[in-house]
Amino acid sequence: MKPFTFKIGGEAGFGIMSSGSSFSKLAIRSGYYIFDYAEYPSIIRGGHNVMQVTVGDEPVSAQYQNTNLLVALNQETLDLHFKELTVGSGLIYDAEKCVLPKISKGINVFAIPMNRMGKEIGNSFLLRNTVALGAAVALLGGEIQILKDLLTEEFSKRHPELVENNHRVAQAGYDYVLEHYADKIKNTLKRKTNVAAQAVVTANDALALGAIAAGLQFAAIYPMTPISNILHILAPLQEKYGFIYKQPEDEISAINMAIGASFAGARAMVATAGGGFCLMAEGYGLAGMTETPLVIVEGMRGGPATGLPTWTEQGDLRFVLHAHQGEFPRIVLAAGDVNEAFNLIMQAFNLADKYQTPVVVMVDKNLCESHQSVPPFDYANYEIDRGKFTVKKQLDYARYALSTDGVSLRSVPGVGNEVIANSDEHNAMGYSSEEAKNRVKQMEKRMQKLRTCAQKDMPEPKIIGPKNADLTILSWGSNKGAILESMKSFANVNFLHLTWMNPFPVKAVKNILEKARRVLNIECGYSAQLAGLIKQHTGYEISNHLLKYDGRPFYPEEITAKIKKVLTAKK
Amino acid sequence: MQTLNDLKTPNVCTWCPGCGNFGIWTAFKQAAVFEDWNNTNTVIVAGIGCHGHINNFIKLSSFEGLHGRPIPVASGIKMANHKLNVFVFTGDGDCLAEGGNHLIHASRRNQDITVILHDNAIYGLTTGQTSPRSSHGYKSKSTPLGNIDQPLNPLALAIAAGATFVARVYSGDLPRLTEMLVKANKHKGFAVVQVLQPCVTFNKEYSHIFFQENIYQLDEKHNIKDKRAAFAKTLEWGIKQIPVGVFYEASEPTCEEQTLQIKDKTLVEMPIKKRDIDELLKFYQ
Repeated sequence: MKPFTFKIGGEAGFGIMSSGSSFSKLAIRSGYYIFDYAEYPSIIRGGHNVMQVTVGDEPVSAQYQNTNLLVALNQETLDLHFKELTVGSGLIYDAEKCVLPKISKGINVFAIPMNRMGKEIGNSFLLRNTVALGAAVALLGGEIQILKDLLTEEFSKRHPELVENNHRVAQAGYDYVLEHYADKIKNTLKRKTNVAAQAVVTANDALALGAIAAGLQFAAIYPMTPISNILHILAPLQEKYGFIYKQPEDEISAINMAIGASFAGARAMVATAGGGFCLMAEGYGLAGMTETPLVIVEGMRGGPATGLPTWTEQGDLRFVLHAHQGEFPRIVLAAGDVNEAFNLIMQAFNLADKYQTPVVVMVDKNLCESHQSVPPFDYANYEIDRGKFTVKKQLDYARYALSTDGVSLRSVPGVGNEVIANSDEHNAMGYSSEEAKNRVKQMEKRMQKLRTCAQKDMPEPKIIGPKNADLTILSWGSNKGAILESMKSFANVNFLHLTWMNPFPVKAVKNILEKARRVLNIECGYSAQLAGLIKQHTGYEISNHLLKYDGRPFYPEEITAKIKKVLTAKK
Repeated sequence: MQTLNDLKTPNVCTWCPGCGNFGIWTAFKQAAVFEDWNNTNTVIVAGIGCHGHINNFIKLSSFEGLHGRPIPVASGIKMANHKLNVFVFTGDGDCLAEGGNHLIHASRRNQDITVILHDNAIYGLTTGQTSPRSSHGYKSKSTPLGNIDQPLNPLALAIAAGATFVARVYSGDLPRLTEMLVKANKHKGFAVVQVLQPCVTFNKEYSHIFFQENIYQLDEKHNIKDKRAAFAKTLEWGIKQIPVGVFYEASEPTCEEQTLQIKDKTLVEMPIKKRDIDELLKFYQ
């Protein structure tokens, strides 16, 4: 089947997100793959919320522009989204509450009195979303029992009194369709047997779970969209798994606390959005100068300033690569999907320990908050590597002793060694020193770590798709998903997806781009920062760009249109 | 048992002759010898300012951080290894201007940390600008027409924010300063010790003589458990009217005591290992 997109919209407070999540899990348990995506404003009540879930027989990696079944819980959803409906798609709305706009031919309209049914059968208008879910299950040929199980799981712990009413309204919505629209029922969610286990996760989930698996001991995170869910996951698990999550007074404190904890020997992380990272800029270089391992998650959203708090963008690449005065080694990685987020954060903890320097894992809002179905994460081969590290008393210990790979033996306070971390330039012991020769040696020692890392740990970037292609797409971050979806329509397009931003795989990228027939750079940002980075490193100038900075992620439809344009244009 | 000599580093001290920092340095080392604060049990954290060089002059594990940020670094160290004695050396610019927010919130956290506030009411290292502690009307390079802002009251602030040990000492009174540092360290909770010190080079108002003539010792008539009385004492400042001693002490649960996952062992004592998250993954299926 072609990817099928279900979308539900209404006012904030209507339970849009929970309905969307239930639909995602419903699809998974019926044996399908999903990708879901939510849009919401930076307010708690009253704004327009939508969540869309794309379902497929095969893995799905992006949100689509077109909608196949739209549930409009209010007039605004109808007005804003009915144009996304294509021929053969369906619309569920409440004819007693909303006025139908002029709908084009070939769209199936299902008028279901969701508000009245919620009130009469479930004793509350608020159950309208559950009526809708029941109706959607029926229209898509799904099993109502799976939905009821999900509702039980959702409500039994916190509001057990609501389980029964939710079951009744879900069944009522289901029955309403059987009674009135039996001829329109499809097999989209028909339950499959023998399906492999799938987890429905966001990059925030992946980052939090990956950090826990990698032995996280300390996290200080100040709430900020789009990474707040990382702390929501970590905070309740800290006692059970034996780590500390601390809410700090600001991001400056967050990064300094994490540096302190790491200095004392703990595996430590912070997570923030671009705005919070502005406050962390001074701590970022402090970790570099004091050679303190630190993992930083940087979640991009629309900037500058408060910008578009709940929307996506990739405008922070250059910022993360250059933030802070002076020069220090920083390892900057960027995830393109939930698996990469999981694997990169686990690797980030090892890299931070091995190179005793900050490691940033960049993600974007679209990745942070969109769910993707993936096989449960595989971390069987992961091994914790703390690098040159000792908790034993050393003879003549010197924290910043020179070494050929740039890494010195790290120890921690409390084990008998005099362990000095110093934000001033320092000598091998760690004492402040402004002597010229020493400065040069310590600077070179620190910067050598990047070269060592590039040699030992940086993988070659891989080309996705056919080796021989008429067009090579270049991109990073969550664009990967929409690009992969779009590539399903082309046999002559391949894709260079980059995850290592610093150190940078200069030779490999140069080689690939110079051999490519045509190159198209795709980025969610105004200035094509990745293309600039590539020009800086390789001298290669990319002339085709697809750039977007309206806060919305790329849709496969947009990429497909651009590919066609580039392929037909004269070279 | 260590001696003063064991705390000696190869570095030459760079403070101006007569600087109040010498008193703090000497008293701290003396206390370290008495209490056996050494590299198996103690870490010192410093900010930036003249005080911040102190890590170069005491042979103990140390973290010299950024201007204004020693307190959150100390907070992180303490959460990771609460068995360490954690001392913060900070100045009035470091702690009350750049890092004011951290003093407030660290007071709320009530971690078992001792903050030693080097208060000379001036920016020394940047060659003499008005600080949050400079008096009203004070003339300096940054306030040539006189300071139009009021000086900050760090002890009232600390008490209001939740610090559980709040004291003031004069840097020239070595026996009392030594004793106070020991007392503050023994207190279970967030301790703030304001050390009145002259800046002999840039602050001609608060000299050794000024402090010697105008401080008085708080005696047993002052009830250190009485928060209102403590607030009242923090409001006193003037000729013959500068109280020194313990203003306030309270017994409140510390951050460490309330963090159940470190009840038996410190974070860093628990072996770091790959964790099994299969059970967590089930929640997402």
